[in-house]
Order: sequence, then C-alpha cells, then structure tokens
Amino acid sequence: MTTFGRGLLIVALLTALYAAFAALRGARGGGREWVVSSRRAIYALAAVLTAAVIVLESAFVRSDFSFGLVADNSSTTTPTFYKLTAMWSSQSGSLLLWVWVLSLFSAGVLFATKRRLREIVPWATAVLAGLATFFCALLVFKVSPFTSIANPPTEGAGLNPLLRHPSMMFHPPMLYSGYVGFAIPFAFAIGALAVRRVDAEWIRATRRFSLIAWTFLSIGILLGARWSYSELGWGGYWGWDPVENASLMPWLVGTAFLHSMIVQEKRDMLKVWNVSLIAGTFTLALLGTFLVRSGILDSIHAFGASTVGGWFLGLIAVVVAGTAALIVSRLPHLRSERRIDSLLSREAFFLLNNLVLVGLCFVVFWGTFFPLISEAVTGHKASVGPPWFDRYTVPLAVALVLLSGIGPLLAWRRVTLAQVRRLFAVPAAIALVTLAGLALFTDASSSPASLVLFTFGAFTIASVAGEFWRGIRARRLVSSEGPGTALLSVVRRNRRRYGGYIVHAGIAVVLIGVAASSAFNHQVDVRLVPGQSADVGGYHVRYLRPTSSVSNEKLAFGAVLDVRKDGKRVALLRPSRSYFPSLDMRMGPIGRFFGGESTSEVGLKAGLRRDIWTAMQPDLSALQPGIRAGNKQLANAGPKAQAFAIAFLATSYQQKSPAATFRLIVNPMVTWIWLGGIIGLGGALVALWPSALASRRRITSLYAARLGRELSRARA
Amino acid sequence: MDGGLLLLLFLVIAAVGIAVLSPLRNPPADFDEETHGDRLADLELRKETKYSEIRDAETDLHAGKLSVEDHRELDRALRTEAIAILEQIDRLHGRPPDQDGRENGRPG
Repeated sequence: MTTFGRGLLIVALLTALYAAFAALRGARGGGREWVVSSRRAIYALAAVLTAAVIVLESAFVRSDFSFGLVADNSSTTTPTFYKLTAMWSSQSGSLLLWVWVLSLFSAGVLFATKRRLREIVPWATAVLAGLATFFCALLVFKVSPFTSIANPPTEGAGLNPLLRHPSMMFHPPMLYSGYVGFAIPFAFAIGALAVRRVDAEWIRATRRFSLIAWTFLSIGILLGARWSYSELGWGGYWGWDPVENASLMPWLVGTAFLHSMIVQEKRDMLKVWNVSLIAGTFTLALLGTFLVRSGILDSIHAFGASTVGGWFLGLIAVVVAGTAALIVSRLPHLRSERRIDSLLSREAFFLLNNLVLVGLCFVVFWGTFFPLISEAVTGHKASVGPPWFDRYTVPLAVALVLLSGIGPLLAWRRVTLAQVRRLFAVPAAIALVTLAGLALFTDASSSPASLVLFTFGAFTIASVAGEFWRGIRARRLVSSEGPGTALLSVVRRNRRRYGGYIVHAGIAVVLIGVAASSAFNHQVDVRLVPGQSADVGGYHVRYLRPTSSVSNEKLAFGAVLDVRKDGKRVALLRPSRSYFPSLDMRMGPIGRFFGGESTSEVGLKAGLRRDIWTAMQPDLSALQPGIRAGNKQLANAGPKAQAFAIAFLATSYQQKSPAATFRLIVNPMVTWIWLGGIIGLGGALVALWPSALASRRRITSLYAARLGRELSRARA
Repeated sequence: MDGGLLLLLFLVIAAVGIAVLSPLRNPPADFDEETHGDRLADLELRKETKYSEIRDAETDLHAGKLSVEDHRELDRALRTEAIAILEQIDRLHGRPPDQDGRENGRPG
C-alpha cells in the first residue's frame, strides 16, 4: 500500500505540474481549451490527493505499521479518534494535509468561477497549481508520508501524548485551512495584476473564500489557546510562543484585508493596499508553516526537526519578490482616482483600523524574530518575553477595540458632526457608566489599561447593539413586521454587514476576557502533603488525598482538592499527571513507564466570573526504590509481571501519600474568551451564509422595479 | 505492490489523463457561448452588488447616518452606475435599451 500511496503522490505532482503549464498556455493565448483542461487537472488533483489521504488514514485506522508514519505516530492502543488525527502530528502528514486542503479550495474556487473572470482565472489557476506542485514535490522528493518499513514492528510508538486532546483533533486542520484558504484571494490578486484588471471583481469572486479562510484561522487559533490552557499545565492560554505568533500574524493582516477589500468594493480605493495586504497575509501563512516545520525558533510546539526549512524559505522569497515586482510594475493601473472625502467616514476608520492591525503584526513579527535579528546583529541569541509583547500590543489592542466600535457607526463617504454626536451619544454614555461602575465598585482601576479596555469594550458592544436596534427601527418604518421578524429581516437582507457587527462584538468580548484574566489573576505554586492547604485569590484549597490509575496507555498520579470560599465548598478538583511509557527498553521494564512523555490534566472549575485552575506535579522520589528494584528483578519478566508491578507502584503511591507541587490559579473571566470566540464564529457564519435564491430574486425584482421607475422619470 | 493495486494505479492515471486531456482532443462546442455566459454572470454579480449598495445607503439614511442630501447624492450616483450595468446586460441579450418593458424582472 505504501507504493500505491507513493504512486498517487507522483500522479498528483504530474497533474499539478500539467495544470500550471496548461493554465499558463491558456493565459498566454493558447486557446480556451487549455484553460478548461487546466481546470479539470485541478479537479483531478483534488481527487487524487483525496485518494492518497484515504490510503494513509486507512493505514492509521488499521494500525498498519508497515507505514513508517503509522509506526512513528500511532499504536494499537491509540483511540480511533486520535488515530484519525495522527496524520497531521508529523511533518509529512501535515504537508499532505496542506496540499490536500489547497487542492479542495482550488477546485472549489475554479468551479465557482467557471463562467467568470475569463482573463484572471487562468493566471490564478497557474499560481494555485504552482503552489500545489511545490508541496507535491516536497512530498515526493523530501518527506514522503508513504515510507515503508521492511520488518514492521508489532507495536507503534503512539501519538505524542500532548496531542491527545480534542482541540488538537481540529486545531491543525483549522489552522491549515486558514493558511491555505488565503492562497485563493492571493492567486486571484496575482491574476488580476497579471492581466491589469485590478477593479474589485477579483475581490468579489474570492470574497467568500477570504472569509472562510479567516474563520478557519480564527477557530484554529482559539482551539490552540484552549489546548494550551487545559493541556500544557502552565496555566495560560497564550504565551507569545513563536508558533502561536506564527498563526496570529496572518490573522491580523488577513483581518485588515477583510476590511480594506470592502473599501475597494464600495469606493474603488486602496487597490495597492489590498494586493499588498493579501500578498502579506499569504506570505505570513507560508511563514507560519515554515516556523512550525523549520525548527528555526525554539517553541513548545516544535515537535521535531525538519528538513524542508530551506525549501520554504525559497518559496517565501519567490512569493515576496515576485509579488513586489508585479505590484510595482502595475502601479499606474492600481492608482485610484477617488480619495477619502472625510476623516469622519467609514473608509477613513477602516484605514485606521488597518494601520493598527498591521502595526500589531509588525510588533508580533519583531518580537518573534528578535532572537534571529539579535543573533545576526550582535552574534548572540536574545529573546523577548511576554512583558515585552504586552508593552506594545496592549495599547494597540485597546485602540482596536475602540475602532471596532466606531467603524459600524459611521456611513461611507462622510458623516456630519451633528450625526456623530447623535450616533455616539448612547454607546459613549454606556461606556462612561461602565467606567464609573468599574472604578467605584471593583479594583479594575489598579490596571488602567484593562479599565480602558473594559470601557471601550462596553462602547463597542453598545454600538453594535445600537446598530441592530437602528436596523430594526428602519425596517419597521417600511414594513409592518414585529421586532423579532424585523431583526431577522434586516440580518437576512444584509448578512455580511450584520454578521460583521456580531464578529466585532465577539472580538470585544474576547479582548475583555484577555484583559481581565491577564491583569487580575491570582497564582500560587505550593508544595503540599495530604491534609495541608493553601489560599489563592480568596479561595481556600485543601489537598484531600492522592489518586492513581493505570490503563493500557498510561500511568496517572493525581490529587483530590477541596476548594472552598467562606467555608462553603465551591468545587472538588482532580488534577493529575499522566506518564506514557517509552519504547526505549534501556530505561528498564519499570523505569520506561516514567521515562517517556508526560502530560498534565488540569483540574478546572470554569465559570463566567472566574475559573479555578489547578495542576499538579507528583513527587515520585518515594517510588524510586521500588522502580529501581523492579528494573532489576523484572528485567526478563513477561508483560503480566510488569503490569502487576506497575499496579503495585500505583497503589503504593496512594498509601505513601507523598507531597506534590501544585499550581493554583484563580483566573477571572477566561470563559469570556471562549464565549467571545463562539459569538465571533456565529457572526462569521451569518456573514458567510448564502442568500436564498428565491429571496434574492424577489428583492432584485423589487429594486429593479423601483430603479426602472426612477430611470423612466429621469429620462422623461 | 500487488497486481490489483498496480491495476488500480493505472486506472487512476488513465482516468486523470482522459479527464484532463479530453478538452484538448474534443474542444467543447460552447466555448463562444461560455464567453457570453461569462460576461453575463459578471454583470449580474455587479448588478447584485450595486443593488446591495443602494440598500445599504437606504439603511444608513433610515438609521440617521446619512443626511437626506448626502443620501440623495449617493443614491443618484449608485443608480446611475446600476443603470449602466443594466444597459450592458440588455446589450448582451441583444435587446434595445429599456424604455418601459417588464422583462426579466425589470419592469419599467
């Protein structure tokens, strides 16, 4: 089967290569049949790569250890849920995922534009096929997921325990779908530049794909944060790790692109800015893949050294140099005759919002690559930590929240000062009441930046609510609908606008959660024996008793913690530490159970006001004599005897009740981050949801009728 | 690789080859038709977008974001652009510029 898989990848490579050739031939006047042929080649590429993925996934499900990838990343005891996701825990598997998703997106967009953008599509096809060729070449020549093992082992190494988390099942495919999705607008931007057709048509044709990519990337980032919070055992959801930053950078610039493309659609402005932003977004997406796969920067996410870093660097250089040259050569066509009419207009604030987002991206980029920059300049690697990032990103994030509240209030072209006063009155009043309430009744003023962010967040949420209210009121002026029906009507009539507003509210909620949990958390690290207790953030935490458990896959030691506030029980938490046995028998038959990977299972009581988060690290020194004795006495013993010894150790851990080190955190409003993410996702889905054809026809005919009437009057 | 899989791989190659190369051997007869359809689809999309902008402006007027004068000016500009698109659609259909017809959802 591995040979069959390799054969499929070679067919995919040749098909992608042909698609690029045929598309270029069609683009350069070779005839329409070449364009059709290239489109079909992309469809075929998607089908062949789907077959390759099915071959690999079926090998994982069957635990076919003749596949090197399966032997290295799965085992017979790995749950099926994780076997299915083990493909992307490796470099070659994740690159296969990348190109597979690319082929699906490419086939989708070429189908959607089958009868549109005749001049641009062949060039866009060539770009997409070129990218697919690059990734297929990597899989065929550098890192094949279909390497075979002559003498397959009876058991595989198993999936990295850190990746055994539900978030991890979806996090990588979501991130990659986001990265890859931005290839679509990028390819069409290149096509538009190539044929000098730089109006907004390429944006309209790929708008939905841009939004889908952004949505996937957002979900991927949130799932990664959730995984970090509940699996890594350090108590946070964002550590400014290079790989985390790598996903944030394209998100920031992609968000800027989503806003500025609306300006080009509505006002035919910002053309250079838009092609630059989408080129930047896609380059940063490639950079993200490069950072994960090159191992160039130290990261908790770097799961192995890579051999493809140089290839990625070459691709990034080609993309940057090629796009820059193309943009410069097309500058006369990209100039807009229109200018921003007034600083008090939606387009002016969109531009401001763009500058803040790009500024944020620059800060994150600088901090992420500072170790390399400092090494190049001074000769030694220096890195910057979370305080450095916070110093520069917090003011920009605060500004972003304010702008996301102001933008929806303004109309295109211009707004008068009188209108501004009227539109801003209620949100500003709500923001001021929030500010006063927080300053008087909470300790929020101890963190001025957080207090400002809460105030601006309230302003944004109020302005979004106001927009819905105004929309409903406007609708009811021209119809007899009740408030609920009117709400549905206004959203249905302009899903994109109102979906966007919901996303703004979601982002404000996320950032309120980030500010509260960062500024007002309480954390203690304590060493306790059963019966002892510690206080954290007004809670009294008592270590009741140790726990232990043994399964096919792991050995776990844990603790039962009684959490009380004012004498009343709030939660009973069970943090634990799991040990996954190593396959390296040199550690001894018992020692290998403690020498492999270990993971932290946090004990968490989540709530809207605060989370009580606990993690523990057992002190295993009391078990060391038993482990050493077991290694000696059971060196030649069978699995049953080893299992008995492990069960004995687990029991003796509970009986000896040794000390354990605990991290106890009271984290305010973390749940708001996940809720804000869900609200934002809901908004994105509203914006993405296609209009029903019937209602579109009805609306079209109504407006056509009105337009026709006015046209007749004008002519008369 | 066993014989069955080898045969399957050849079938995949053959299927890809046929699907990809057939437009070169037998060019579809409706290429010119497709040109017409392409342009029509582009124009229809532009028309929809323009109508959406007109609706947006109307919502902004009712929401108090646009003054009556600003809305009138914006609305006039958008409708002029929409009319130009409708005229292009008419030309593609081979119809004379619309005077008062009620054809294809364009009552006059």
